[in-house]
Amino acid sequence: MPDVNTLIEVALIIVKVVIVSMILFSLPLPLTWLERKIAGHIQLRLGPFRVGPHGVLQPLADMIKLMFKEDITPYKADKWLFRLSPIVAMVPAFAVYATIPFGNTVTVPFINKEISLHIADMNVGILYVLAIGGITVYGIMLGGWASNSKYALLGGIRASAQMVSYEIALTFSCVGVVMIANSLSLVDIVHTQKGAILGILPNWNIFYQPLGFIIFLIAALAETNRIPFDLPEDEGTLAAGYHVEYSGMRFAFFMLTEYLAMVTVSVLSVILFFGGWNSPPLVPETLNNLIPPIFWFIGKVAVFIYFFMWLRFTLPRYRYDQLMTIGWKILLPLSLLNILITGLLLI
Amino acid sequence: MVVEDKFYNLIFAIFILQFREHDMEKLFFLTFAAIAVISALAVVSVRNPVHSAIALIVCLFQVAAVFILLRSPFLAAVQVFIYVGAVMVLFLFVIMMLDIKRAVITSFLPSGRFWIIALLLLLIGEIVFTLADSKLVDIQMAQASLDGTVMEIGKAMFSTYLLPFEIVSVILLVALMAAIVMGRKEIK
Repeated sequence: MPDVNTLIEVALIIVKVVIVSMILFSLPLPLTWLERKIAGHIQLRLGPFRVGPHGVLQPLADMIKLMFKEDITPYKADKWLFRLSPIVAMVPAFAVYATIPFGNTVTVPFINKEISLHIADMNVGILYVLAIGGITVYGIMLGGWASNSKYALLGGIRASAQMVSYEIALTFSCVGVVMIANSLSLVDIVHTQKGAILGILPNWNIFYQPLGFIIFLIAALAETNRIPFDLPEDEGTLAAGYHVEYSGMRFAFFMLTEYLAMVTVSVLSVILFFGGWNSPPLVPETLNNLIPPIFWFIGKVAVFIYFFMWLRFTLPRYRYDQLMTIGWKILLPLSLLNILITGLLLI
Repeated sequence: MVVEDKFYNLIFAIFILQFREHDMEKLFFLTFAAIAVISALAVVSVRNPVHSAIALIVCLFQVAAVFILLRSPFLAAVQVFIYVGAVMVLFLFVIMMLDIKRAVITSFLPSGRFWIIALLLLLIGEIVFTLADSKLVDIQMAQASLDGTVMEIGKAMFSTYLLPFEIVSVILLVALMAAIVMGRKEIK
């Protein structure tokens, strides 16, 4: 007879996985609306306004449109790969969340059981996130190649070169945080950021690793293929880049991946540099008891998502040679310097 | 009472593999190993070089999974990170620029290259022969836990294996410099 406790554990993991994937699947809906609204307001217009009050139902309308569009596979495409690559891009974007801690443990009412708000606490957490996150590039590359179109191929090639270049700087910028936390586990990294410096400033890594954070942010922007580094889908020169031949749901999968990548990057910034679910120290105790830690986490992530959207409508796009120069000649040496400084300070 | 028993039996049937840990591991290992071998064969037998590269990616993933079964999550993550995430991207990057139509015509295995297959069989025979004879088969693996391996690897690297570690880094540095020198345009 199986042990009831083990059964509950297994069931809990399944429930967590389902909940997290459901949330991630539906997250792009509000995010596309938000992005358009923010774009509109930055450019002094209203943004979507027709479907529902203030256009809130616009993403639903878009979703219905995408679902009923014809799914075109180009005649000369590599059919098998063409159909596979949106999924190859999308799966790692979800898989990353297996190790993300969303909050401290909470006690569930009715069954009176403490559950942790992460699916798995791996002792190689950050390495796992970076490794799996890097796989998304295959979807983009293969999508570009399989379309058998010049624009798509160029987009795919640009994406692969860009993502490999910036992955190095991204990884090295995380090393400083790992050195401070003395652990690769994301849960441990958040736990070391508890408390306050001098009673006022929160004990977050951003204050120990300002250079690391700036490198992380820039490299992460490049990894997510967003402006100012969105050269793989540069609409001015490449039509739409790697997804130019895609339509309908497959195109939607690529968009979903892109939005999830932005969320992942925001989540990672919060966990690595902004204390995860820890509240700022000046918040009074009574308020702190009222607000569960996960709300701090979500709030911080929301700020970052807003920041990334804000950047998109503020900055122009870089040239491709500038992109490579920034990655290899500026960010990589700086990230190595950051590791050196961190090492010297930790002695 | 009877209903309850039936209920538990049902759940037990669903999760039966979960509770026989060793059988479960064997099953996983066999799956990973089978996929790894099949994809490795696909690497050399598929005609399109892009498809070969994808098969190689699948194969490397299976090896990473086997590392996890060997209780070494760090090596698994590094395997995915370096081989799948970086090396294969560069492979594909180069392959994507090939003229695939011409490359597809020349295939690796068939047509008069039977000596390759013969060589392969010879190598396999050799491996089987040495393994059957060696003491490696009898070694009992220590039941290592999944925790703390990263720290152990780091400590071993910087104390017991410091010299090999340094030699490897110097070799890598030399290779790096050689690549830069060879990749540079001639300045006249």
